[in-house]
Amino acid sequence: MMRISRTEIQTLLLPFFSLAAVLVPIFWINPNTMSYFGLGLLLSLAVPMILATLAQLCIITVNDLDLSIGAFVSLAACIAVTWLPQQPLLAIAALIACVIIYAAVGVLVEMFNLPSIVVTLGLSFVWSGWALVLMPTPGGVTPQWLQDVMNFAMPVIPTPIIYSLLIATLAHWYLMRSSRGVRLRGAGGSPKAILRSGGSVLKSKAIMYALAGLLGILSALTLVGLTTSADANIAQRYTLVSIAAVILGGGNFVGGRVSPIGAVLGAMTLGIAASFLSFLSIAPKWQVGLQGAILIVVLSLRALLARRGA
Amino acid sequence: MSNVLCSLSNIAKSFGPVRALQTVSLAIDAGQCWGLVGHNGAGKSTLMNVLAGVFAPDQGQILIDGVALPAYTPQLAYRHGVRCVFQELSLCLNLSVAENLCVFHPALRGWGWRKRARALIAAQLDEIFGEHGIDADRSVGELTLTQRQMVEIACAFTVVDQPLRLLILDEPTSSLDAVTARKLTGFIQRRLQAGLSVVFISHMLGEIFDCCTDIAVMRDGQLVLQQVAAKLDRAALVQAMGHADQDKIESAASSATRQACGTSAAIAAGLLLDVAMPGSPVPHLRIPRGQVIGLSGLAGQGQTEMLVKLFTEHRAAIRTAFVAGDRVKDGNFPLWSIADNLSLRSLPALTKAGIRRWLGVIDRDREAALAKDWHQRVDIRTQDMHNNILSLSGGNQQKVLFARALSSDAELILMDDPMRGVDFATKVDMYRLIRAEAAQGRTFIWYTTENDELAYCDKTYVFYQQQITLDIARDDLSEERVIAASFGALA
Repeated sequence: MMRISRTEIQTLLLPFFSLAAVLVPIFWINPNTMSYFGLGLLLSLAVPMILATLAQLCIITVNDLDLSIGAFVSLAACIAVTWLPQQPLLAIAALIACVIIYAAVGVLVEMFNLPSIVVTLGLSFVWSGWALVLMPTPGGVTPQWLQDVMNFAMPVIPTPIIYSLLIATLAHWYLMRSSRGVRLRGAGGSPKAILRSGGSVLKSKAIMYALAGLLGILSALTLVGLTTSADANIAQRYTLVSIAAVILGGGNFVGGRVSPIGAVLGAMTLGIAASFLSFLSIAPKWQVGLQGAILIVVLSLRALLARRGA
Repeated sequence: MSNVLCSLSNIAKSFGPVRALQTVSLAIDAGQCWGLVGHNGAGKSTLMNVLAGVFAPDQGQILIDGVALPAYTPQLAYRHGVRCVFQELSLCLNLSVAENLCVFHPALRGWGWRKRARALIAAQLDEIFGEHGIDADRSVGELTLTQRQMVEIACAFTVVDQPLRLLILDEPTSSLDAVTARKLTGFIQRRLQAGLSVVFISHMLGEIFDCCTDIAVMRDGQLVLQQVAAKLDRAALVQAMGHADQDKIESAASSATRQACGTSAAIAAGLLLDVAMPGSPVPHLRIPRGQVIGLSGLAGQGQTEMLVKLFTEHRAAIRTAFVAGDRVKDGNFPLWSIADNLSLRSLPALTKAGIRRWLGVIDRDREAALAKDWHQRVDIRTQDMHNNILSLSGGNQQKVLFARALSSDAELILMDDPMRGVDFATKVDMYRLIRAEAAQGRTFIWYTTENDELAYCDKTYVFYQQQITLDIARDDLSEERVIAASFGALA
């Protein structure tokens, strides 16, 4: 029952081709990567990245921006490797509290018309502070069941690809196909229309922020399932990468125009771009800069395509 | 009065110091069509927002079927069958046509909602407008303003689970061309016979008399006249709205026009622009200096595209200003004050002298003087030009856009149906202003959906499917020929 409209396909072309543009050279340089293990390895860290990107997408859908998602994922990761194995109830309570705080931030931002960038930037220091209090030094142990889930080996198709497909399908269905998702996106497109038809923008924002918090926690859990330990800054870079992935995937900063499938492809592209540069045997000190350059090229391309389409 | 569906009693509403409504009472019967007329800023839209549940009144009661509803919200209004088509369209541009129907009607949910929505909206559009060419899966952001208005109207007429008993239409035809507007009024008349109640707000008195059984006139937040339509005529309405006499204003305007036309013909010193239209029945769009050139035809036949093309191609060589028709999308700066919105086009001319000119420092005194001058000249209804632009009613916002272009140094002014939602008296003032400025040597290109306005143009070009099917000088103007050419008939 997955249907994708014509305009959605158009917005998906670019993220799809950018993914191909980093994958094909890798396959060409090293054909071994075109195998079950090769792909699994290339995409191993994609799942937490994708979940963090979708968290960001929720916020961007309602015309806000979350500058705290990286710090938040780091905090949730610290909770997952310290409290979760020993005091599971405390850990679950703390994670639920985090989601509630996220929803409350959404309510605050809407009620007092605050700039979300400022609020979440401030919040990122709070999250980071708590993470440091919890884990002053790297370490901790991931619960065994989490490691099992993440290292589970599917037959034929690499596990990360299955997980990514599953996440993309669910997100697309909820946000793009369900009537509830349509109303949530409507709150980003025209808050006035929602108010006039008797809906509540406040509620929409609370839901979207809570969803972002939930996805951030899932991102943290999958991340520590792979790394088996954590530190207070483990996912800091997710903040900017998630924004880039949403935009790369065809999303816009304002107007509620987003594409969950595109964002998933975008997150995979950015994840693989790092491996791509290693395959070209470029020294690590150049890699971060080059990743940025790739991003600028792709986004410029998108702007050019949009202009030609108009 | 046995059949009252909905009544407003002693409604009052203030926005800060502005008393938008003062003790307004109105009773709406089943099958009745109220025409609501008045100036921009008279409180019509505010009253309708109260009736639709968007604004809570400060005082007074809303009764439906004789029951007072103290906590009246849009949801409650919807449940009682009261709906509104707002003047500033309220569609989500990021959603498709069918998805917008789902926002309007929360009952569209569960499996297969999209299929149902698609079928419902397509059927409703067919029923009202006949051939419309709107695909239910298109994103609303890709539609023209006219198509959006059609979609919004069709959304309001669609019945999902709650009945439709009272429909409020706030300037529903302002973005529609004459033919589409006629289809809508025809449809409304059929629905009235079936027992629907309608409140119809319009500045076009002809439409009001065509459609409405009763007419109410608003002035300064009060209902000053309520009467059966048959007992009223244009003159009585115009007088109640607060004009001395429409005919007098009109004749004054047209005599001023005639004079101005005489002088501008003398000034006309050759062509400003000559646009070749290859393949078009009329192969040239000629724009002489100091004249007002009208672009006519059905909505969306390439007139706006022509204006945009002229603007982008010639703005480097000719000082050009553009008056946007879609003020929400490409006119207003919603976070700025009225004065800032007004002075925008003149900022280069308002910089200080000397080194500060080079740095681009704005002379605030001269800017304030400019704002004050145009505050009076186009009669912007506000106490303070430093208020936010959105504090003005729609028509007054349009006046600001007008003033932005006229106050600048532009020699060519492109107008994209600029009178949308502007009241009659203001329009007449604008017409006079346009003619006076043309007499000074300014050139206007004016796309309009109202055929009456062509009388103020020296020459009119009629568009049909991106081509020009007729060029007609002011003296030869005939509505029949314009309408025939609008449908592609060649003269």
